[in-house]
Amino acid sequence: MKYFDYAATTPPFEEVITTIAEVMGRHYGNPSSMHRYGEDADKLLKRSREVCATALRVHPAEIVFTSGATESNNLAIKGVALQYQARGKHIVTVSTEHPSVYEACKQLADLGFEVTFLPVDAEGHVSAEQVCAATRTDTILVSIMHVNNETGRVQPLHDIGVALKEQFPRVLFHVDGVQGYGKLPVDIRGWKADLYSLSAHKLRGPKGAGLLIVREGVELFPLLSGGSQEQGFRAGTENVPLLVGMSKAVRLAGERQAEAAQRMTAWRDRVAAEVKTIPQLRLNSGEEAPHIVHFSYPGMKAEVLLHTLEQLGVAVSTQSACSSKLAEPSRILLAMGRNEAEASGGIRISFGDEHTEQDIDELILALRQAVAQLGSLERWKR
Amino acid sequence: MHYDMLLLRFGEFTLKGKNRARFEKAVLNHVKLLLKPFPSASLRKEFGRIYVVLGGESYEQIIQVLKRVFGITTISPVKMAPVELDTIIETAVALMHELNPTEGTTFKVNARRVWKGFAHSSHEMNHLIGSPVLRELPVLKVDVRQPDIELRVEVREQAAYIFSDIITAVGGYPLGTNGKAMLLLSGGIDSPVAGWSSMRRGLEIECVHFYSYPFTSERAKEKVIDLARVLAGYAGRIKIHLVPFTEVQTAFTRTGQDNLIITLMRRSMLRIATMLAEREGALALVTGDSLGQVASQTLSSMNVIGRSTELPLLRPLVMMDKQEITELAKQIGTYDLSILPYEDCCTLFVPKSPTTNPNLWVVQKIEASIRDLNTLIEQAVATTETVVLEADGAIEGRKEEVVQEDWF
Repeated sequence: MKYFDYAATTPPFEEVITTIAEVMGRHYGNPSSMHRYGEDADKLLKRSREVCATALRVHPAEIVFTSGATESNNLAIKGVALQYQARGKHIVTVSTEHPSVYEACKQLADLGFEVTFLPVDAEGHVSAEQVCAATRTDTILVSIMHVNNETGRVQPLHDIGVALKEQFPRVLFHVDGVQGYGKLPVDIRGWKADLYSLSAHKLRGPKGAGLLIVREGVELFPLLSGGSQEQGFRAGTENVPLLVGMSKAVRLAGERQAEAAQRMTAWRDRVAAEVKTIPQLRLNSGEEAPHIVHFSYPGMKAEVLLHTLEQLGVAVSTQSACSSKLAEPSRILLAMGRNEAEASGGIRISFGDEHTEQDIDELILALRQAVAQLGSLERWKR
Repeated sequence: MHYDMLLLRFGEFTLKGKNRARFEKAVLNHVKLLLKPFPSASLRKEFGRIYVVLGGESYEQIIQVLKRVFGITTISPVKMAPVELDTIIETAVALMHELNPTEGTTFKVNARRVWKGFAHSSHEMNHLIGSPVLRELPVLKVDVRQPDIELRVEVREQAAYIFSDIITAVGGYPLGTNGKAMLLLSGGIDSPVAGWSSMRRGLEIECVHFYSYPFTSERAKEKVIDLARVLAGYAGRIKIHLVPFTEVQTAFTRTGQDNLIITLMRRSMLRIATMLAEREGALALVTGDSLGQVASQTLSSMNVIGRSTELPLLRPLVMMDKQEITELAKQIGTYDLSILPYEDCCTLFVPKSPTTNPNLWVVQKIEASIRDLNTLIEQAVATTETVVLEADGAIEGRKEEVVQEDWF
């Protein structure tokens, strides 16, 4: 079976697994302890912070380690909302955001905040003009993802950040960077982002580790209170082995980005071109994120195509993994103006740079076979 | 904004006659060192100036880095144009557009014809460029006395340079052009600032830190190494000598002269630093003393403490207010580290009432009464650990057993 669901999670680097095991075995001290065990763990934590900061070109003090992107996104959004509610209670985000942003905003709406969910165009983009038009004097936060986890659409973060900060310098700008890092160049300062979320397991690190970059001077209301770990933004003993492993994965993914993007882009274009030749399928992804091809099979439930491909030895995904067990059509595709049939038949293929040309050959072959099998079924049904 | 290069201007040392070449070379080397993370940028040297050709690198990031180079006074991001009037005008208009002036912004053109082969004089160019700019950007007004924007155009033989921003950089003397000194670096706010200030006057700095494990923690030592690493960010690399001070310090606690203990400690520190300075070829000691700030920094204390060394004792902060020092610490990036709450060896045995007016004769007598003091001092020097810190965080000469680099 070939795995093509990298946007959901990735197999960890071999050396990340070894590192985590070694650190876990040797340095079990609590980084907050005073004795040597604690100091050693603290040193590892500090080095992890430096390595991540270098890779992301920020200051080590700006990194808050978390349990993953869901926590990072929740901390960014709720942390800002609760901290700055005296300034205003309005938040701007986009209708195609990941559930961890979308649902967090909805929860805040229940608590009396006002949230504007910006619509996207048929391509899934939101524009700087739209963002600025929706921003008001009582807006405290704008949250926009870098790369859409379902369709691979890339938002114009540079334009948005620059325009936003020019007109509303006090509004904080959060970027959910989970699907972008390691695939596309990341420029947190250039985007004028105040907050940036990352997850380790999307870039071949361990699950259960992530980070939030909090620009110097930005305060957050901590969601987890207790100890003073992570500058007081997130209490709880840091998971040293996972964080060391994450920092290695972040470094490796960053170093390989340019070359990986080149390889993956070629495969993405091959698969996309193939999808276009199959009349039953409709391509939804564009020439943006190098690791995602997304298409619909209108009239066919996505799950059926997924299982057919699975029988042919290829694992792909419907929607995002975080919502794929829901039987509903994709919120993202509906927001892009697709009809119910298209939005229910969405399939996402996502890869990593360790795939080979041969893997892609097999994928394409399986795709042709699957559509042929299901096509004959359709005819028979009629 | 789109810029092609950065123009770096030198400061006061341009007056230094024969030494000028040496000074310029030091700046050039320092710039080269700091540009390592920007591989596409390249350097061009011209009389009295350095140009950084950006080659697509971010001008904002590079300015942030080069603002720290000692000896550079100002930086201007520059657009380049071929030496033809039409393209020069076009580029000037483009620059003004990018500056996005609002209604009523005033400007003037300040053209210089450095290459006399160009057909139009400086005075003519002011008009030839000014009028199309006004035509294209009707929001602008001309003010030749105090304009909001001064559009500068320099015509040279190879190219014309068009710019308006002049960004202030750190200035001072190029790194290491005034010799070497030993900085007594504690974990506090002042001493890193003193180190930075002396580097800015062209001194090469090596750091000396005294630690007293188990009275101070390993983390206090790490904190000082981090502070030194911030200084390495200015110097490219920096040496730090870590002196085990516990034995010397505890010897003083046995004398029963509590109120003199700080004075005694400081004198020993200066002796040790002097021995290290001699070993390393440094010609002065630098401290973070600021007059009157604490008991050991009264004039009387400074007198008694200072007599323990024959080297010049430089105290760059001596006349500064705490507030000014704190501001500087924030600017150079040491403040956040300095306020981390770890004990250092001086806060440890602070007596209830340290003397503000020590007597040199008494102090010398106590020192003479400690039989093995000189041996303890020599031992401290002999067991000093020396570490070289690189700007990018690498540590040389130190066995890091905990942090295995292959884990990261």
